[in-house]
Amino acid sequence: MEKQHKEHMIPYGTYVLVWLSLISLTVLTVTIAGIEIGRLALFVALAIAAIKSTLVISYFMHIKFDDLIFKFFLLVALVTLASIFILTATVFFFR
Amino acid sequence: MEDINSTVISSTQTDTKSEPHHLSIPHQHKDAIGAKIGMWLFLFTELLLFGGLFLLYMAYRLQYSKDFVIAASELNLFLGTINTIILLTSSLTMALSIAAIQREKKKLSIFSLLSTIGFALTFLVIKYFEWSAKFQHGIAPKSPELLSKPNGEIIFYGMYYSMTGLHALHVIIGAIVLSFMFVFLVRNKISSKDYIKLENSGLYWHLVDLIWIFLFPLFYLLH
Repeated sequence: MEKQHKEHMIPYGTYVLVWLSLISLTVLTVTIAGIEIGRLALFVALAIAAIKSTLVISYFMHIKFDDLIFKFFLLVALVTLASIFILTATVFFFR
Repeated sequence: MEDINSTVISSTQTDTKSEPHHLSIPHQHKDAIGAKIGMWLFLFTELLLFGGLFLLYMAYRLQYSKDFVIAASELNLFLGTINTIILLTSSLTMALSIAAIQREKKKLSIFSLLSTIGFALTFLVIKYFEWSAKFQHGIAPKSPELLSKPNGEIIFYGMYYSMTGLHALHVIIGAIVLSFMFVFLVRNKISSKDYIKLENSGLYWHLVDLIWIFLFPLFYLLH
């Protein structure tokens, strides 16, 4: 119990760096949206959103430093969600 | 380890009064890992709640991609971007609040937490102005002007109002939860030894931020 309680302390600086990256990615995604790149735009925007979420989940939500069980849970949830989306999109494209 | 206290969540209760004097030191059986797992499981249900709406959004967007682009051009990109930055910054102050209490910096923790609540309220005020501007232009749910538009545009605004509305509700709930955490911090119910309540509230707050990270490009950044 005591051992578990010694949690990993993330330095303040790391949080600030993550925040700076998140802001930069936001500026980047808004800038890219102004450029005409057709259908690619949606995928670029979603890719940037995915990178931002990874940063938030890993550092702000601490998953990177948590026990394996948390990573496993998250994986199950995300795979479930992804399967639902892929299956629905498949139905749309091959109907 | 025996579970002597049947009530695990005994932080607000004072069991000590009824117990004999030699047991006056409260036996607090706390399981931070367990509490955190519970919180994550709750967050997954939230993920599915919003996931369903995102799924609907995807299906409609595939069907009405042109209407969606036209409808989205009416949204205020500037306010959307400002709100994104506000929420991201509120996530930073939330994380800093937890980091501070871990290091026994109570004042810094309280200050960061109050900033987070402040950002949450700013987000809501901006959202209010954004919505009322839309309402003034006749784009409100079921307004005659909106209903005269093509189906895809009506659906776009239907999704916009329901998804950002549900998200705003989460911001309001988050702000209320964080206000309780402020009281707990001031009264030393949250300390460097036991800050799981603050941590779990933080997890909820970051989820609110996460959802906005996806709402923003899907509603404001269409071309």
